Amino acid sequence: MKEHPKQTGGFWGNLALCAAALAIMGLLIVLPLLVVLKEAFAGGVRLWLASVTDQDALSAIWLTLGVTAVVVPLNTVFGVAAAWAIAKFRFKGRSLLLSLVDLPFAVSPVVAGLIFILLFGRHGWLGTWLSEHHLRVVFALPGIILATLFVTFPFVARELIPLMTEQGSEEEQAALSLGATGWQTFAKVTLPNIKWGLLYGIILCNARAMGEFGAVSVVSGHIRGETSTLPLHVEVLYNEYSFTAAFACASLLSGLAIVTLVLKTIVELKGARDAA
Amino acid sequence: MSITIQNISKTFGSFQALNNVSLEVPSGGLTALLGPSGSGKTTLLRIVAGLESADAGTGGKILFDGLPVTDNPVNRRQVGFVFQHYALFRHLTVFENIAFGLRVKPRAERLSRDAIRERVTELLKLVQLEQLAQRFPAQLSGGQRQRIALARALAIQPKVLLLDEPFGALDAQVRAELRRWLRHLHDTIHVTSIFVTHDQEEALEVADSIVVMNKGGIEQVGAPNEVFQNPATEFVMKFLGDVNVFHGRIHNDAPVFTDELKDANGVRLLVRPHDLTVQLYPGTGISLPAQVYRVLTAGPLVKIELLNSQNNLVQVHIPHDVYQAMPVKPGQQVYLVPKESRLYGNGNERIEYVI
Repeated sequence: MKEHPKQTGGFWGNLALCAAALAIMGLLIVLPLLVVLKEAFAGGVRLWLASVTDQDALSAIWLTLGVTAVVVPLNTVFGVAAAWAIAKFRFKGRSLLLSLVDLPFAVSPVVAGLIFILLFGRHGWLGTWLSEHHLRVVFALPGIILATLFVTFPFVARELIPLMTEQGSEEEQAALSLGATGWQTFAKVTLPNIKWGLLYGIILCNARAMGEFGAVSVVSGHIRGETSTLPLHVEVLYNEYSFTAAFACASLLSGLAIVTLVLKTIVELKGARDAA
Repeated sequence: MSITIQNISKTFGSFQALNNVSLEVPSGGLTALLGPSGSGKTTLLRIVAGLESADAGTGGKILFDGLPVTDNPVNRRQVGFVFQHYALFRHLTVFENIAFGLRVKPRAERLSRDAIRERVTELLKLVQLEQLAQRFPAQLSGGQRQRIALARALAIQPKVLLLDEPFGALDAQVRAELRRWLRHLHDTIHVTSIFVTHDQEEALEVADSIVVMNKGGIEQVGAPNEVFQNPATEFVMKFLGDVNVFHGRIHNDAPVFTDELKDANGVRLLVRPHDLTVQLYPGTGISLPAQVYRVLTAGPLVKIELLNSQNNLVQVHIPHDVYQAMPVKPGQQVYLVPKESRLYGNGNERIEYVI
C-alpha cells in the first residue's frame, strides 16, 4: 500500500489555514476590486462611458499613456545597460552602482518628487537657469516624465541582475571568440538568454509607470486637463465627491492591473517552459 | 601556425598569476599546459586567446607565426576556444551553435546559406553527432556537449585551437574515451592546439609536448617521455606521479640517507614506488632500512606500505611474480634499494650523483 506523507496539521488544521488564507485574500484583494467595479458601474454603463470619455479624463488617459510610452523604453535601455555592467563585469564602483539602482526603491516616492522640485523648481538649484531659457520642468510634462523615470528605474535592472549574474559571461566570450562583434554578441546571445526576464521587468515597469502617484503628485501641480495623470485624476474626482467618475477611472487602472497580471503569468510560464 | 609567448606577466590585484613567462609552441602540435590550480595555466591560455590581456608595460607579446597579435581583440584573433563548461548557446540548436561563427561574419566574407549548411553537416560528421543537429544543448550529455563545442570552435577554421580543461567536467569513463578521440581528431586535422589540464595522466597520454607550470612560471617543457623520465625539478617529479622522499646529506661526496637530517644542507632522494625493490639484507649501494606495515595484493601490482626509521610511510609497487618469489609479512625488517631515483638539493634543481 502506498504510504501518504504524514500531515502534521490534520484535516481540520489544514482547513482552518486555507480558510484563513482565503479570507485574508478576499478581504484585502478581491473585495476592494469588486467594490471598485460595483461603484464604477453604479450609474450604469452609460455613465461609466461618459465618465471615462470626459474631456479631462481623456486628457489624463493620454498623458498617462504618453508618459509611459517615453519612460518604459528609456528604463528598458537603462536597466539592461546597468544590469549588463553589474552582472558581467568587475570594476571599481560596482557596488555603488548596485546601491544606486536600488535607491528609488528605498526612497519614498514623495521625497523623490520633492528632490525634483528642489532641483528644477523656481527656487531650485537649476530654477534660475531654466526660467532664463524659458524651460519648464516642474508642473509640466518633463517633470512628470523625470519623476516617473526615477521611480520605475529599478524594475528592469533588478529583474535582470540575478539572471545575468547566474548565466555568467562564458557564452558571450564564446561568441566573441567565434568572431562576433560586441553588438552581435548582445543581440544574438545576451538578449535571447534574458528575453523572458526582460519582458517581465518591462511589464512591472509599465504597471508602475501608469500607476505612479506619489512622486508625480508632487511635481505635476495637478493642472486639470494638462498635468493630471490618470491616478491623479482619480484623486481629484474623489476629492470633488464625483464618486462614480472617480471609480470609473479607477476601474481603468484596475483593468490595467489585471491585464498586467495575466501577461506576467503568461511570461513566467513561457520562461519556465523555455528553461526546462 | 606557431605560437610565440614572450615575457608575459599577469597580476590580479596582489596575486601574481603569471611571472614573465616565455614559451614557443611549434606549429601543428598538441601541447598540454599542465599544473595544479593556481599555477597560471588557464590565465596563460586566455591571454593567448585574447580573452584576458597581459599586464601592460612589461613588454609582453603574443605572436602567431611571428606576427604580433597582442593588440588584436579576441574576435579578430581567429582562435577556436573550447570552454571547460562548454558555453554552448543554450537558446540555439546544435546546428545553429556550430553555424554561429559562420553566420556572424561580415556579409562580404560570409558563405552562402547552402555552403554554411554543408560545412556544419561536415563538422557534425567529424564529431560523429549528425543525428543530434536539431537538439538543444540541454538535451545532450556532457561528452556530446563538449564535442559540439569543439565542432563550433572548428567551424571558423581557427589558426589555433585552445582548450581549457576540456574534459574537466566529465566522468572518468567518458574522459578516457574523449581523450583518445581528441588525439585521433588532432591527427586528422593538424591544427596547432594547446590544452590546459591538471591531470598528469591526461597530459602524458594525449599531448605531443608538455609544459609543466607552477606558481605562475614554467618548470619544464618537453615530450611526455622526457618530462616523466627526466624531471628537471623536484616539483615536476612530484607532480607527475607518486613519489617517496628520503632525506639525507652529502658525506664524502656521496649521499647518505638516515632520514634523520632535515637541515638546510640536506638533500632529498625522490623515488617512484615502482622504482624501489625490497631486499632482506642491506646491499652495497644505497639501501634504506624499513619495516613492512601493510601488504595489498589486490590490483595489477602488489602495493607494499612500509615505515622507515622516522616512521614515515614509504610505498613500493612490485609485480605479482616478484612478490611471489619473496613474500614479506607486516612487521618484517627489510631494506629498500632504488633502481631509478633522482636527487634534489636545496634548490629545486636536480643534482647528478654516482653511487
